[in-house]
Amino acid sequence: MKELSILIGGKAGFGIDKASSIIGDIMKNLGYYVYIYRDYPSLIRGGHTFSIIRISSQKIYSHRDQVDFVLALNQDTLNFHKHRLKKDSVVIYDSDSVKLDDMPGGMKQGIGIAIGKIIKDENASEIMRNTCIIGCFCKAAGIAWDVLEATFREDVARELELNLKIALSGYNGSKESMKIERLPEKGLPVITGNEAISRGLIKAGLNAYISYPMTPSSGILHYMASVAEKSSLKVIHPENEIAVILMALGFSYAGGKAAVGTSGGGFCLMTEGLSLAAMAELPVLIVMGQRPGPSTGLPTYTSQTELHFVLNAGQGEFSKFVAAPGDLEEAYYWSGIGLNMAWKYQIPAIILSDKTLAEGNYSFDIEAVKEVKDEQPLARVFPPAKGKAIKVNSYEHDENGITTEDPVITKAMQDKRLQKEKALSEELGNYETVKIYGNEGSRSAIVSWGSNKGVAREAAEKMGLKLIHVPVLWPFPLKKFQDAIKGVETLIVIENNATGQFVKLMQLFGLKADKKILKYDGRPFSVDELEQELKKL
Amino acid sequence: MEDINLGTYAVNTWCPGCGNFAILNAIKSVLKSLSEEGTPLENIVLVSGIGCHAKIADYINVNSFYSIHGRVVPAAEGIKIAKPDLKVIGFSGDGDSYGEGLEHLLFAAKRDMDITMIIHDNRVYGLTTGQYTPTSPLGYKGKSTPRGTAEHPINPLELMLSSGASFIARGTSHGIDLLKKIFKEAIMHKGFSIVDVLQVCVTYYNMYEYYDKRVYELEGHDPSDRAGALERIKEWDYNKDSKIALGVFYKEVKNG
Repeated sequence: MKELSILIGGKAGFGIDKASSIIGDIMKNLGYYVYIYRDYPSLIRGGHTFSIIRISSQKIYSHRDQVDFVLALNQDTLNFHKHRLKKDSVVIYDSDSVKLDDMPGGMKQGIGIAIGKIIKDENASEIMRNTCIIGCFCKAAGIAWDVLEATFREDVARELELNLKIALSGYNGSKESMKIERLPEKGLPVITGNEAISRGLIKAGLNAYISYPMTPSSGILHYMASVAEKSSLKVIHPENEIAVILMALGFSYAGGKAAVGTSGGGFCLMTEGLSLAAMAELPVLIVMGQRPGPSTGLPTYTSQTELHFVLNAGQGEFSKFVAAPGDLEEAYYWSGIGLNMAWKYQIPAIILSDKTLAEGNYSFDIEAVKEVKDEQPLARVFPPAKGKAIKVNSYEHDENGITTEDPVITKAMQDKRLQKEKALSEELGNYETVKIYGNEGSRSAIVSWGSNKGVAREAAEKMGLKLIHVPVLWPFPLKKFQDAIKGVETLIVIENNATGQFVKLMQLFGLKADKKILKYDGRPFSVDELEQELKKL
Repeated sequence: MEDINLGTYAVNTWCPGCGNFAILNAIKSVLKSLSEEGTPLENIVLVSGIGCHAKIADYINVNSFYSIHGRVVPAAEGIKIAKPDLKVIGFSGDGDSYGEGLEHLLFAAKRDMDITMIIHDNRVYGLTTGQYTPTSPLGYKGKSTPRGTAEHPINPLELMLSSGASFIARGTSHGIDLLKKIFKEAIMHKGFSIVDVLQVCVTYYNMYEYYDKRVYELEGHDPSDRAGALERIKEWDYNKDSKIALGVFYKEVKNG
């Protein structure tokens, strides 16, 4: 496997996010698979923001601790990431603002370029520093100018010519230190998990996306709003998350497929609506992007702390569907299937995402995704229906939707609503609700859910372990999971939380994990880190 | 003309003499007239919250969404956004929309959503047996305020005007003919319309006599005059003893 990692860092407002996307696309255009880890604080200007762009000749889903290039737009980038430098790493830095001394092992492989001066001479805006350093990097990595130019023409909408001029100054002022070869393959588009979720929902016939902005799910709102500009999709940003879910339920009652998106705090506000969806039997899909809590926590970082929250949210007992996609292909697929299941069974469906998946960029292979259809519900009628009064109700109600407190009807209706979960569970038997990777015969197996799939898969393949990945969490795919753990002597569950929420879910079914690897500092596992943890066991 | 039966088999559980009956009868009459004038009944959707008012959804045989406390407005908005040809009429209480769900009301007015909100404003929580609400007068003694409230009521109509509502009216449950007239006008209005109905709770806050002595119908008032509307809206602040105007305070005529 040919691979390389590039770290680019600076202050928030330096355009680190955009720059890392452009570098990702340059690598895509060279035929590589790409993963971008984004690390940024909860502020608009200042602070320290960085991205790690990892590229490979094979599909990858996670970052490494060490990097081959550091692109430093400020001193912090160098100071904070010294530990990531290898002997032959190359540091490219803005010599107007960064001093290259005190490097580990007297390392001096730096390419300094007076970015500040170039920007000033060209009368360009401050944010174009990022353009300049991309130019420097491309030359240093032996990437032909035409690849850079073509990528800029794809990705840069504003002041393209000036950006190219600045990039060329950087390119010409740099020097080649290695050569990233062009691969024969055509690179796949590099998109975020949020975009994959959005596209899966749209494929399944979404009519409205309703959301109040909240990291890490806001990207869905932004993507959907851009789609709505040129389609019949309705995108609404109301006053709060309570309004969000109630509007979605009103929309659903009137016959439109609606989805909403939020994070833990917003989901707290949605729970009364979730319960209403169950009682009134109104389909809705909720994208729940996890981040560390309690409360505001670390808004721009990652976690897997809401598994039991979503499983137990909302008063009363009711059927629901919960999936936690592990990569873009699963995000696209299960978002679409989730919307279809919500409509087929008239239940709430939840897509449990997290910051790593939602805002990370990955090479997306739509050819590898099974087909998602826009399924139309058979048994529902919607207003206006001639001569009919269609009634839904948050109270217990009879089959006409009229309130009742009758004990016989109460029990019958509760049974009817819970029966859906049994039917759903049966139908899910035909789906890949548990996936196996790595060395299938190994007696040691890792269990992952959500975005840990990729890092776990890479570690398992490298270390000869079996990986059992579970994208559908409720109804819990008990039979398939039991089959998957047959013959396994050491079951190691990895999670981004402090209490082992998947382990607790297993316990509900009398299943036991042998080891847990839990990480809850807001950062995703790097491949190296997970390997080390696995070796310790 | 074929007689339209708008009733259901649900047993009406409002207290005898409850002001909600006037609202029920007035809206039924308006729905009949809409139907006679060519709006099919299946094009009408009623939305209610939680509280005594909300049972109205069970009592009228047309489409309904019996929602949850405080959330009538967003549910109604969602329906309207999905199917703009439907006429969406929300029924809500003062606790429901002026308390629990006030924010939604303000934002629907701000958006000028083409829905109608009818507020059963009895100024007391009925179904939870007698606590003060956002429109209860200063000093109101309820089960949660045994010594009387220390808070002034809000004037919901003033709030609605400042939030951008394009149709603002008030009626009482002792004036069914006026209610019919206002409801019809509110429903036909293009944009966000709100009708505050001084609906009397005979069990916990019987204000029939109080209102009867003070109410009067607006005459010679120009509802397109915003400053004049504000003046009439402020005449009674839901607290002091003064005359209480009924009718359409404000109606904004929009282009298109």
